Amino acid sequence: MSTVRIPPVLRAAAGNQKQLAVTGETVGAVINTLVIDYPGLRDQLLTPDGVLNRFVNVYLNNEDVRYLGELETPAGERDTIVILPAMAGGAP
Amino acid sequence: MSKTYAELLNEARAATRNVTNDEAQARVEAGALLLDVREADEWAAGHLPGAVFLPRGQVASGIEAVAPERDRPLVVYCASGARSAFAAQLLQAMGYRDVVNMVAGFVGWQSEGRPTAGSHRLTMEQRRRYSRHLLVPEVGSEGQAKLLDSRVLFIGAGGLGSSAMLYLAAAGVGTIGIVDFDIVDASNLQRQVVHTTDRIGQKKTESAAITIRALNPDVRVVGHDEMLTDDNVDRLIAGYDIVIDGTDTFETRYTLNDAAVRAGIPVVHASVFRFEGQLTAFVPYEGPCYRCLYPTPPPPELAPGCSVAGVLGVVPGTLGILQATEAIKLLLGIGEPLVGRLLIYDALDGTFQELKLRRDPACPACGDAVRAAAAQPPLGVPA
Repeated sequence: MSTVRIPPVLRAAAGNQKQLAVTGETVGAVINTLVIDYPGLRDQLLTPDGVLNRFVNVYLNNEDVRYLGELETPAGERDTIVILPAMAGGAP
Repeated sequence: MSKTYAELLNEARAATRNVTNDEAQARVEAGALLLDVREADEWAAGHLPGAVFLPRGQVASGIEAVAPERDRPLVVYCASGARSAFAAQLLQAMGYRDVVNMVAGFVGWQSEGRPTAGSHRLTMEQRRRYSRHLLVPEVGSEGQAKLLDSRVLFIGAGGLGSSAMLYLAAAGVGTIGIVDFDIVDASNLQRQVVHTTDRIGQKKTESAAITIRALNPDVRVVGHDEMLTDDNVDRLIAGYDIVIDGTDTFETRYTLNDAAVRAGIPVVHASVFRFEGQLTAFVPYEGPCYRCLYPTPPPPELAPGCSVAGVLGVVPGTLGILQATEAIKLLLGIGEPLVGRLLIYDALDGTFQELKLRRDPACPACGDAVRAAAAQPPLGVPA
């Protein structure tokens, strides 16, 4: 189980939780489990083809997975996955 | 047997080799350490280039940090050779074998029209106002003069901009530009501390200017009472050293990003949501730009602004102060700016987390192709 950090903007779709323990041997598998458990997250994270939306970055232990093995990057017990969508504000 | 001051001074002078300005300079050029043993206010008003500040009262306790080896040649000076004689005598007693006293002191050095550092053009009033900066070696009077010559543009005088501009104004950033077309609303005052209740209904640029001028008359405030668009962005950011991004829409953020990359101007970016904030510095071609990080904006329903989602008022304040700190670091060229690093602040947990950001070589704003094209001389102009 990896620890997934849910950003504030997506928490409402993830049972208002900040952090979740999610199973999966790769980052992609973890995200798939996550969107099965919380279907409201699917369109926010993935395109209809199942790849990451370009306005969402995913980090494995502080490294952008696009520069590791994308969704095939192995994820393990001690890994922390951070989901980081673009934030709008500013505090006008 | 008691001794007079004159006797003690004569003893100190006799115990140390006194050198002329020329010899002092030659020794420093050959690698001797130059010590200024005067007081902080004297140092701040100007000193010899390359000198290390070590006031006489701290010579014994501080010398080992700057000159651990006892055989390091030392040149000591004060204003006119007396305090430096005592300091030199003390250093010799501590085992420093090659100590000389530049006997004409800073006064003699200056009277010969030799170069000095650090005096810049700070007035007495400025030396008092910025005295805590002048004591910090990384800022000093050179850094303070640099801040006074700096120009920082704020996109937005809102929650982030408020605290950032208050601190940059206090720090003596000489020109503060503000782009904001909004007026002060009662709902702003929970976080936008540059505005006040009696200015509700006033233009934000004017309200911010009143506060900044009252805080620091050294600062010139330039208000741009307009919305940042593709048509005016190049004109608005031209001539500024740094832009502080307090924008609240993706459209504006991409407009600003692309123009800042074209103009080579760093953008200190922050955004906030309820109890959390993000911060990074986009320095063109040194690290990623905003478009490297997010090539496309999210659909509006996935990225609500503060007016929809709400924000704890102090969070943009915290992030704005961090933006001001990064701006000062970039202006002075000190420390490790947050380039290629994103800081995430979680106010409820009381934690900071750092993520690595990378430049996208295929980025349409700052990628390798754009960079190569920018490096090409324009057609028809010989290289």
